Amino acid sequence: MTDLLFARSLMAMSLAFHIIFAVIGIGMPLLMVIAEAKWMRNRDPALLDLARRWAKGTAILFAVGAASGTVLSFELGLLWPEFMRFAGGIIGMPFSLEGFAFFTEAIFLGLYLYGWNRLKPAAHLACGIVVALSGIASAAFVIAANAWMNAPVGFTLENGIITDVDPIAAMLSPATFPQVLHMTIAAYLATGAGVAAVHAWFLRDEPANAFHRHAFNIAIGIVIVAAPLQIASGDLIAKMTAKLQPAKFAAMEAHYHTGSRAPLIIGGIPDDDAMAVRWGIEIPLVLSFLAGGSVDTEVQGLDAFPRDEWPNTRIVHLAFDLMVACGMALLALAGWAAIRLIRRRPLTGSRALLNACVIAGPLGFIAIEAGWFVTEVGRQPWIIQGIMRTEEAVTPMPGLVVPFVGFALMYLLLSVVLVLALRSQFLETSPAKQVDA
Amino acid sequence: MSVETILALVILASLIFYAVSGGADFGGGVWDLLAFGPRAERQRQAISDAIGPIWEANHVWLILVIVVVFTAFPAAFAIIMTALYVPLMLVLFGIVLRASAFVFRKYASADAATYRKWSAVFGASSLLTPFLLGLSLGALASGEIRVVDGLLTTGFLAGWTGAFAIGCGIFAQALFAFLAATYMTVETEGDDALQSDFRIRALASGLSLAPIALAVFLLARTGATAIFDALTGAWAPPLLIATSIAAIGALWSLATGRYRVARIAAIAQVTFIIAGWGLGQYPWLIVPDVTFADAAGPPRTLRMLVWALAIGALLLFPSFAYLFRVFRPGAGGRPDRTDA
Repeated sequence: MTDLLFARSLMAMSLAFHIIFAVIGIGMPLLMVIAEAKWMRNRDPALLDLARRWAKGTAILFAVGAASGTVLSFELGLLWPEFMRFAGGIIGMPFSLEGFAFFTEAIFLGLYLYGWNRLKPAAHLACGIVVALSGIASAAFVIAANAWMNAPVGFTLENGIITDVDPIAAMLSPATFPQVLHMTIAAYLATGAGVAAVHAWFLRDEPANAFHRHAFNIAIGIVIVAAPLQIASGDLIAKMTAKLQPAKFAAMEAHYHTGSRAPLIIGGIPDDDAMAVRWGIEIPLVLSFLAGGSVDTEVQGLDAFPRDEWPNTRIVHLAFDLMVACGMALLALAGWAAIRLIRRRPLTGSRALLNACVIAGPLGFIAIEAGWFVTEVGRQPWIIQGIMRTEEAVTPMPGLVVPFVGFALMYLLLSVVLVLALRSQFLETSPAKQVDA
Repeated sequence: MSVETILALVILASLIFYAVSGGADFGGGVWDLLAFGPRAERQRQAISDAIGPIWEANHVWLILVIVVVFTAFPAAFAIIMTALYVPLMLVLFGIVLRASAFVFRKYASADAATYRKWSAVFGASSLLTPFLLGLSLGALASGEIRVVDGLLTTGFLAGWTGAFAIGCGIFAQALFAFLAATYMTVETEGDDALQSDFRIRALASGLSLAPIALAVFLLARTGATAIFDALTGAWAPPLLIATSIAAIGALWSLATGRYRVARIAAIAQVTFIIAGWGLGQYPWLIVPDVTFADAAGPPRTLRMLVWALAIGALLLFPSFAYLFRVFRPGAGGRPDRTDA
């Protein structure tokens, strides 16, 4: 492996690790605030217990998320100094604003976690709400910076010299809104599904446990709302990608030949040399319709781009399909739960639904990881779409295998410990039968 | 004042805030590592209670420094991150391990052995990270990192491997340990035995600062001439006098049991030290080839950044004030250990 590949792998690993905690840091505050608000209304002690336990879980995950996020802010420079030299002045703005959002989040999380006995109930809840809002804000700022890499605007480039830098315009690139929307909903959906799975697991054996019932209902409620919205925002971001990053779009869809009435290819193995997909399922006309709203929309295929500007089609296409599959499965789960609600059946009454929820627990996170592979691998060979190639941005430092292996071992260790830590928080000391209503 | 200078001051101020808050949290970890005697466990618990609600927020100052440097001075950021690749990569390990160990120890220690294991990780990473941060700042002042036409020419080892930088790293460790022990004397009000433990630690580490500072000063004569010139220049006497008064005031207050005064004096001392370093470093971001003006990004970005920082500060300082007020020592019992 080359140093460039190690740099990319280290960045990918750092992002893949961090995104899990970032997502939970956005999603969990909403859950705990809902539990606390419900407790303030009806004073059911199980709800207070729930808010506190969720808060503890959030404390662990937030700490790891904050630290792994710090890693990323350094790695931008440590691994991609030439990218930062070029882009720092253009996209530093959202990162600086993110700093303040993160400050707010950390300050009010401290108040929330340690302030149960020191703050008035309304003030405590308000702190939780501030955490939830600043979490969204900090994610939005970081994603705005990523969106700029996909759709760079807000500057003029003449003979390699940057002029007319407008940091606000750069922050509001055409990719910003769809990306922020898609990722924010993803955070709620993944957290909701993950939490629902944990509590569904217990409800299978203790269907009357008030603690787990409350928890499950709140979490699945978020899934019911978020899943359909996520499909809609996915459509928005796909159309944006088709317009702004046609090569990425073509790779996502494994679409080799430019033309209208293009078919949608699901699955299969893209073969770049044959410019065809083996063993894929082909649905006529659908790709043109999805890309532009009409079967006559011309969709650019990879043949419209020089071969050295193709992303890795196998990774991008399969990751994209994996993401969509997870999203659709969660949509189906949300639909199932919604139908039970409409028919006024208790959500926790169906063992089949609970089993499905347990299985669906990781799907949101898998979709997020896959989605970032699509975004990042799909932009290659560019680090800034059409402007700077990734190989031009990398550090001259040799031996990048060393930090790569070091971080891999550390992240592996932390993951194992985290799972054990959360297990002891939620499983072994779980409020067992004594909370039965 | 030019906009670059304003931003240089923001960076300096953020470093001071980081040192007196986040730095002290690292210092707390050091005393956790060095806890001994019959009250070792109670010392650890008191440190953990004191930093628990605030350390996450304090840590963000470092992130603010990083993002302001890369937004306002991107050319320097690229060079710094290349020249100091090795120590900064190690800093990252320290940051991740410290944060994880702190929460794992608190929430996931099923037995005493596991607790001790994570305590050791927490303490060791709290000791090493400030060393590496001090080392990196020392390297920027050393004059050994050379840049020609915007490109680094001295490779990956220059600066941070020198004696001056290593001295700065040790100085940072001692300074943070001193701050933490001084703060802990206030945090442990009402518990005389524990307070006396931290008082002795504060006095010992405070006294150790004098020879370390002297050594760094002497090393600067050849190892960081810009800093040395500043420390012997025209405005050096008032600064040295102010620092000395603060340092002696802190030690005297500790010795006579005036802990709240000692805390203020210690904060003043650290502020003067970092401000003095900043004055020596200015106008260079990387001595002697890159000034703040050389490395400045697009002018419009710099202006907007100043506005963003000003508005952010309006949000930030009241929030911090609220945080520290709610958790100030004596504000209605200990933070709730069982629930936090």
